[in-house]
Amino acid sequence: MSSAPRYWREIPYRYRLEASLCERCGSKFYPPRIICPNCKSREMKRIRLPKRGTLVSYSVVYFPPKGFELQTPYVVGLVEIDGVKVVGQITDVLPSELKIGMELEACFRKVRVNGKSGIIQYGIKFRKPEKRDADESYVPIGVR
Amino acid sequence: MGKSLAAIVGLGMIKVGMHWSKSIRELAVEAGLKALDDAGNPDVDAVYVSNMASGLFCDQENLADLIADYLALTPAPAVKIEAACASGGVALTQAVAAVASGVYDTILLVGVEKMSELVSTEVTNAIACCLDAEYEKFYGVTFQAANALLMRMYMEKYRVKREAFGEFVSLMHQNATKNPYAQLRFPVTVEQYLNSPVIADPIRLLDCAPVGDGAAALVITSTKKAKKVVDNPVFIKGIGQATDTISIKDRVDPLFLRSVSKAAETAFQMAGCSIEDVDVVELHDSFPFVAFMAMEALGLAERGKAYKLLENGDIKPGGKLPINLSGGLKARGHPIGATGVYQAAELSLQLIGEAGSLQADSPAKALMVSIGGVASNAAVIVLERGD
Repeated sequence: MSSAPRYWREIPYRYRLEASLCERCGSKFYPPRIICPNCKSREMKRIRLPKRGTLVSYSVVYFPPKGFELQTPYVVGLVEIDGVKVVGQITDVLPSELKIGMELEACFRKVRVNGKSGIIQYGIKFRKPEKRDADESYVPIGVR
Repeated sequence: MGKSLAAIVGLGMIKVGMHWSKSIRELAVEAGLKALDDAGNPDVDAVYVSNMASGLFCDQENLADLIADYLALTPAPAVKIEAACASGGVALTQAVAAVASGVYDTILLVGVEKMSELVSTEVTNAIACCLDAEYEKFYGVTFQAANALLMRMYMEKYRVKREAFGEFVSLMHQNATKNPYAQLRFPVTVEQYLNSPVIADPIRLLDCAPVGDGAAALVITSTKKAKKVVDNPVFIKGIGQATDTISIKDRVDPLFLRSVSKAAETAFQMAGCSIEDVDVVELHDSFPFVAFMAMEALGLAERGKAYKLLENGDIKPGGKLPINLSGGLKARGHPIGATGVYQAAELSLQLIGEAGSLQADSPAKALMVSIGGVASNAAVIVLERGD
């Protein structure tokens, strides 16, 4: 599906949850935007979203698009992180464990293999937080 | 009352279905010729084609030229208009605007989609291209899943029971049994709906519009010329189109369809009337909950209360405001780019009193609502009987 350059240029947003903060009105957006849809300001600062968020809504996908056949059933969700909503997969969870409002954390995962270009594509998925002391300072995702 | 912007003087439809033996060009040409014949073959100044994904479904771009060519209409200008599932409604607003401006006198609008060329995972992939490809589709989010996120929020917030959606589905299938152009001409019970396979929880198979091929066409001409072409033109009194964020994640109030509300406001203002004046509606019911939210955005019901319109029978045939006498996307079918053109053609038949066993009681005003993406794009059009 993606060519190598297309995949590569999206890495900062996909691997590090880079977002933008409007310096005039304080709105935040993921993925980053260069003009604020709220106040039209172009003073947008690049920020990183924290890793933890909460589940707003979810769906369990049984009929996948091409390329996701081997993953079904998989869970996709709407996750709110620090006032910004992100759409993505929820992983390492049984559908019966899902609850709106549950806490989730971002983790680095393989998204799919064998696109048209044969590259292995990675990105952020969300999972139940691991049982450890919460470290609120930012740790690059996938690096421990 | 607002003045007429343009008129529909000819229409043609093909039964929606799996047309294994026909190509996209054959479907489009068949519908186009039907519409031209219906209008008495007037001179055509331009060809507008509404289609979402001929490139993905059929490996065919430059579609408008292909269709103009095989309709023997070259060198007429031809253009394809794409706005996901709203392509048909949006293309109609564009054609009406072009005629109203005086740039063209007569436009042939052909809506077509040929979905049966691909296997189901590829169809699912093609439809999901109306989402944000880089940040939603990338993660395997399908169109059904994106809608499922919203449907769950709707059900949670308003405590709407699944049965209410089932009642809507059952009504659509019942209506379609009388529509000769419908894809699914059989009744469905609420129980069958509740027990249908899960596609993307909470969306089940019978929440979804079927995959199918279809083509519908309209001849649109200037108000001035309309009565010289046919005795019973249908006048277009108002057009409105509006957008919303492509992803529901960026909406402050995702359970209100701002695009539909805004487009309706524009269309009614232009037409100089309101929803109260409308006699019959064709509404984009990509999923029953979307139909509910669209009815709420039109002001037909309070938020979260659209199910009451089913309970009290208002939207059934013979009710106060019949909705989707055609069977809607659910049962007439949803050949994506053609759907809005089907809606306009069906409503035209209603207004000229030629809708056969679907016929409402002499409607004078009709409303169509065409929605694209997860309601990121909407076109609303007010049509009126020309007597």
